[in-house]
Amino acid sequence: MNLFQFFAQNSGQVAQLTLEHLWMVGISTLLAALIGIPLGILIAHRPLLNRPVLGAANIIQTIPSLALFGFLLPVPWLGDRAERLAILALTLYALLPVIRGTYTGIRGVEPAVVESARGMGMTDSQLLWRVELPLAMSVILSGVRVAVVISVGLATIAAAIGAGGLGELIFRGLAMVNNQLILAGAIPAALLAVLADFSLGWVERRLRPQ
Amino acid sequence: MLAGMHGESRDGPAIEFCGVSYELPSGRRLLSDLNLQVQRGETLVFLGRSGSGKTTTLKMINRLLTPTKGEVCVDGATAAQTDVIRLRRGIGYVIQEIGLLPHFTVERNIGLVPEIEAWPSDKIRARTQELMQIVGLDSQLAARYPHQLSGGQRQRVGVARALAADPAILLMDEPFGALDPLTRDDLQREFLSLQQRLHKTVVFVTHDLNEALRLASRIALMEAGKLITVLSPQAFLRSTDPLAAAYVRAFHTGLDSTANRGSS
Ligand SMILES: Nc1ncnc2c1ncn2[C@@H]1O[C@H](COP(=O)(O)OP(=O)(O)OP(=O)(O)O)[C@@H](O)[C@H]1O
Ligand SMILES: [Mg+2]
Repeated sequence: MNLFQFFAQNSGQVAQLTLEHLWMVGISTLLAALIGIPLGILIAHRPLLNRPVLGAANIIQTIPSLALFGFLLPVPWLGDRAERLAILALTLYALLPVIRGTYTGIRGVEPAVVESARGMGMTDSQLLWRVELPLAMSVILSGVRVAVVISVGLATIAAAIGAGGLGELIFRGLAMVNNQLILAGAIPAALLAVLADFSLGWVERRLRPQ
Repeated sequence: MLAGMHGESRDGPAIEFCGVSYELPSGRRLLSDLNLQVQRGETLVFLGRSGSGKTTTLKMINRLLTPTKGEVCVDGATAAQTDVIRLRRGIGYVIQEIGLLPHFTVERNIGLVPEIEAWPSDKIRARTQELMQIVGLDSQLAARYPHQLSGGQRQRVGVARALAADPAILLMDEPFGALDPLTRDDLQREFLSLQQRLHKTVVFVTHDLNEALRLASRIALMEAGKLITVLSPQAFLRSTDPLAAAYVRAFHTGLDSTANRGSS
């Protein structure tokens, strides 16, 4: 049986696992954006917080993913469902690129522009919403893009704790020493990563100020 | 628009510096004991070399910087008595680097203060068109973005933006510094005719004596964070103050040396 036949015969299962994969990546990216963008804004405005926050996000990033899944397993509510746990872990990994992208984007707004906006009498929130965020948006999005691409890859490992996703085919293939099964999980995962990278990159270019 | 900001509503100086000093956290002094009054309707020009503290002084007025000692009063009110956002919306500000918002069109840049003051949009549009005409910008430029303009056009947008909400006070930090001499000459001439009509209180920064002589009611000469002297343009040319005299000498040198070369 070759790979095409496998996909043809198991299209329902592959689609199901792809959806699970997308869901884990999507929810975790959303959470990472909801936490990471405000944090990035905060440290861009409060330089003193910059090192501790980026430092903490950096440390999380260095924990091997299998170890992180393992650490979180005994946590009560989380450990109940593997997929919750996987989403939390992916969120934690996605934080660093999101925070750093936001920080870089906001700090990158030309000081003269910020000064004149302030001098015109903009309030802090007007400055944020009308000047800083629009001008930083493409850089923020590039951070999100990196986070998504990392998550698509990491989410395959979530299958090790039974969270589902395309990793399930890979792990099953590893256990059964079946290369086709491994590829059946790896190829859609790689395609997802490329697709996400490309489409977010496109949006990012559209948002980039001249 | 802002009660109390307009010249006719009060007496006394428009802006007053009382013993103003400014120190960086490192302890470095950028301004030392500045005392000065800016009268309503005058054009006070700060003249001084690069790094003498002109921009720092200007930012004290709209409170982008706060004095570490002393007090700057605007319209007789101390910093503690004013809401900083209100204060800034009543003071037009043209910064050295222009600082137009790159993601706003010319029209939206000019209408910035009216927009954040929540004027109705048809009133903003009418005001924007009026201002573009006042500062000599072709109305076709309204939909362009700042990066699509020449340096001179950008400066005009900067001036129009500062005038938008009809502020009684205008702060202009080397607004014509980066322009070629002919465009600068145009803008200076337009500034003078505008000022004759509008009678704003203008605080203008330059390092160019020619510009100071041409535009100023009074020239405030600065050096190393200190106010050296305040003189009318006529008095400045005759001044025996060594620094003022040095400026005047440097001003004449170019003309003289050219003239001498021509005659020999
Ligand atoms: N935030 C800051 N941190 C450190 N030094 C500063 C800061 N702001 C200004 N300075 C220093 O303060 C001095 C005065 O600066 P200021 O910008 O007021 O000069 P200026 O007269 O406007 O000069 P220019 O004509 O070049 O614009 C300069 O020596 C400058 O390097
Ligand atoms: Mg300056």
